[in-house]
This record gives sequence, structure tokens and C-alpha cells, in this order.
Amino acid sequence: MIWLPALRAIIWREALRFVHQRERFIAALVRPLVWLLVFAAGFRAALGLSITPPYQTYITYETYIVPGLCGMIMLFNGMQSSLSLVYDREMGSMKLLLTAPLPRWWLLFAKLMGSTTISILQVYTFLAIAAAFGIDMPLMGYVTALPALILAGLMLGALGLALSSFIKQLENFAGVMNFVIFPMFFLSSALYPLWKMAESSRLLHDICAANPFTHAVELIRFALYAEFNGPALGWTLLATTAFMALAIWGYDPARGMTRKRA
Amino acid sequence: MSLLCFKNTHIAALAACAVLGSPVAADEIWVSNEKDDTVSVIDIETLEVVRTIDVGERPRGITFAKDYSVLYVCASDSDTVQVIDPDTGEVLHELPSGEDPEQFVLHPDNRHLYIANEDDAITTVVDTETRKVVAQIDVGIEPEGMAVSPDGKIAITTSETTNMAHWIDTTTQKLFANTLVDSRPRHAEFLKDGKELWVSAEIGGTISVFDVETQAEIAKIDFEVDGVHPDRVQPVGFELAAGDTHAFVALGPSNHVAVVNAETYEVEDYILVGRRVWHMDFNADKSLLFTTNGVSGDVTVIDVAAREAIKSIKVGRFPWGAAYRPTDS
Repeated sequence: MIWLPALRAIIWREALRFVHQRERFIAALVRPLVWLLVFAAGFRAALGLSITPPYQTYITYETYIVPGLCGMIMLFNGMQSSLSLVYDREMGSMKLLLTAPLPRWWLLFAKLMGSTTISILQVYTFLAIAAAFGIDMPLMGYVTALPALILAGLMLGALGLALSSFIKQLENFAGVMNFVIFPMFFLSSALYPLWKMAESSRLLHDICAANPFTHAVELIRFALYAEFNGPALGWTLLATTAFMALAIWGYDPARGMTRKRA
Repeated sequence: MSLLCFKNTHIAALAACAVLGSPVAADEIWVSNEKDDTVSVIDIETLEVVRTIDVGERPRGITFAKDYSVLYVCASDSDTVQVIDPDTGEVLHELPSGEDPEQFVLHPDNRHLYIANEDDAITTVVDTETRKVVAQIDVGIEPEGMAVSPDGKIAITTSETTNMAHWIDTTTQKLFANTLVDSRPRHAEFLKDGKELWVSAEIGGTISVFDVETQAEIAKIDFEVDGVHPDRVQPVGFELAAGDTHAFVALGPSNHVAVVNAETYEVEDYILVGRRVWHMDFNADKSLLFTTNGVSGDVTVIDVAAREAIKSIKVGRFPWGAAYRPTDS
């Protein structure tokens, strides 16, 4: 059985690449920490006006944005690892990977698991630092958050994978990052609750509510309080399946980038 | 983290009750809703409102008799103190209170109510048995905060406009001292077996600590909440944790409760609660604290040990005062 060793090898390669790029690890942590400790500090007293589940009482803004920042880490990481796919393709190492005697979907899934593992390591490091600054969750929440984080990581990784299959050159990728990451992050419940969005614009609220990233963040938010959010889980699963299907289709040798490049 | 701990201790407590075979005493917190003319009853086990009782107009001060047989409510705009049967919620009778009673305190003799009449600059002493006014004492303008020393010998009225704590000798019902405090004193409490008197000043933003023996000020406590303008940090009601080691101080529109070390007079923590927090009360073992948040219309439950808010419960409009009642009595 070659499937598992292949999975292990791909995850290991991702991990090695990540560990060797220490700046990337630090950068990945600095981004959410700046949001948490600088941006959120300015908004400290701005929130705490309405109690929505899973919160039972008033919370500071710092507490509110922690799940959103976990999502942010995963979003950036998902995109970054798909960026590395484009790089792999340019360097030719992808050809090696894709010629392995295994189904393509399995290789893509292994790639996805690799990037999700990295994301989750980053998220837990971030949560530990946040807890050191006094922004902590119920102890059980750190455990129940894991499945939510895995699913969110898979969803965002699959999105990155799908995008990377349609991008031919590294240069094009930066643009897509701007057109995907920022709208996805800002048009979600990561930074502001949806009811707050609805106050300013119904349309914005509806866009946010349709954004799969919102559901991934809400799934993480509830899980961090050891609570279950069915609709968020449903939406995240649906989006993961759709993105994954798109990625497999995009990497299909019959039509995807191989043919285009040929 | 505390939420979970809280749930666990709750379950543990329930389990303990079940094992011991004793009935689960669902103790209650009674909250006066200033703008709804009602009193909300919160079940301490479920942390939900289980009853709402109609009372007179603008209920503010709320306290139980020492044996919890009756509830006293200052119905400010009805110019009366209502005596209510806590089991049925019925108003048994009314006490002559003088005009606009805002706050009151029950003397340790469980018989005399000392009532602050906000509009008349008077403190009225009412005998709850004969239902007669025993004395009316002239104090400063807009009296509000009321306290009686544990030995029952001294009563305190604070006047919001005169900015003084007035010391009343309860045997003669006469003033024997007046001490200046900071602007707009709202609440007073005796601590440490009556050795110290604390008075909160809403506009001054401080708590003054007095030595009861000499009526001299011995300390002043300041508050500072991160990210909140100092003008909004307005100490009003406060209560003492078990053993008088710490005081929990409601800081009004700053939406925080401060935890003050009663030995060092230093503020150790600030806890985020609902909007415009004014008064509060503990449960039986003082493990939970219930704060009334006027503007947000809810009561925030604080886990005293963890110093964290665990839940906010919607009550009526503008909750003002809170009083604990055991139900196994």
C-alpha cells in the first residue's frame, strides 16, 4: 500500500518547507497578533452591546475576533500553500508529484492535509499567545475546536488548490490573492458580527452571510466554546466539497493546466 | 475557562444535593426594574427569570427582612415602601416612607427601616411593626446611600448634592457628625465588623474610606478602566466578598465592576458587565455575584473566584437594585 507513505511524504515535505522558512512562521503569527493586540485594542470598548450565541455575556472585542483571526491564519495559509503549488509547477517538481502512481485526487488531498496540518499548528500557537495575554477560551473549547479547524483548513486549502489550478504563472497569483483573501476576510463575521453589518447595509450583511469563510469562522467560534453550530458545519462541508471538486476538475489531465500548457 | 468550570461546579452541586437527598434549594435573586414597575425573580440554579411581579411606581431600593419573610421595595414615584409576600408576590401593605424614597437599609433589629427621601433632604425612620414614622432627620440635599453599622448604633445617609456622609446616632436619631466626600456620593457600607465605612462618589469617581471610631478619612480608592474615559468611571453600588477581603464595585457607565482589595485599597481587576451597572448582590456562599445593568436591561452573573462574567440575563427595563433570597427558609 503506497497511499499512506505518499500522504506522509507530502505532509512531511510541507512541514519541512514550513519549518525551514522561519520567517514565514513568524510572519504568519505576527499578522493575527497585530490584529489582536493593536487593532482590537483600539476597539476595546466599541463592542459588548449585544449578546449573541455562543457568548453568554458581554465580551471585549479581543475576545470576539479570536475565532476570526484563527480563520485568517488558515485563509492565508491555504492561499500560501497553493501559491507554492504554482511555484512547484514552474519548477517542475509538481510533474514528479503528479506522475506518482496514485489517483490524482489522493495526491491533491494529501497536499491539502499537509497545508491544513501547518495551519492548525499555527492556530494553536496563536491561541497560546492569546491566552498568555489573558484572552482565553474554556479549556474544553481548545479540544472541540480541533475538528472545526481541520474542516476550515480543508475548505480554505481546497479553495487555494482550485485557484492554483487555474493560474498559470506566479505573477498572476498576487492579484488573485488580493481579489480572494481580502474580500473573503473583510466580508465575513471575522471582524464584526453580522448584526452589526446589517445595521449599515442589508446587502453587505447578505454577502457576508453567503461567504463560506463566515461559516468557517462561526464554526470555529462555536467550537471554541464547546458548542455545535449545525448550519455553519453544513455550509462549510458544502463549500469544502465544492472547492475540492473544482480543484480535482482543474487538475484533471484531460482538461486542466496540463492540457493548457501543452 | 471559567464558563466550563462554572458548569462543572453547578453539576457537582446538583449531584451533591441529589446524593445527600436534600431538596435542591433554587435560591433567587430579586431585581427591581425602575422603568417597568416590576420585580424580576432570577433562579440561581438555572440563571433564568422565573417570575415577574408587579409593584408600585419606579421601584428602586429592594431588601428582604432578615428572616426573608417579607420583601421591602422603595416604590419611589408612589411615595411609599411596599411590603411584599415573597411567596405570593402580593403587596401586603405599604409603609409611610416620606416622599420619593430611593434607598433604604434595614436596621439589625429587623424592625426599623432607614429611608433616604431624595426630594426632601430627609432620612425617615419607619417602624415596620407599628407601620409608623419614628423619626425624620434633616440631612443634606438629595440623600441616597444608606447604611447601618453591624451593632446598629450608627446609621449613615449620603447626600448626593451636599457631598457628605451624615452620621446618625440611632438611639437619639440625631446627627452626630458630617464628613465630606467626593462629588455625588451614592452608596455606603460598613466593613470589618463596623470598623470602617466606605462611601462611593459617582462623579468624584472614588471611594472614601473612613475610620468609624474617629470619622477620619483613612484612604481613598481611585478607578481607571482601560479604554474608558475617566468621566464614565462612576462608582455606585458595592458589596463585600466573603470575609470582607475584597469589594466588588459597580462603575456605572464604564460597564465594568472593579475588584478592590479591602486591605491594600488597590484595584486588582476590572470585569466587563452590561451597560450602566449600579447595584448588585451575592448568592448564599458568595460564589456568584449578580449586577444590575440599567441601560442594557440585564443582570450579569460574575463567577467571584474566577473574577469573570459568565452570563447576562435579560430582566425588565432599567434594573436598579438586587436582593438575594434563599428558598429553603
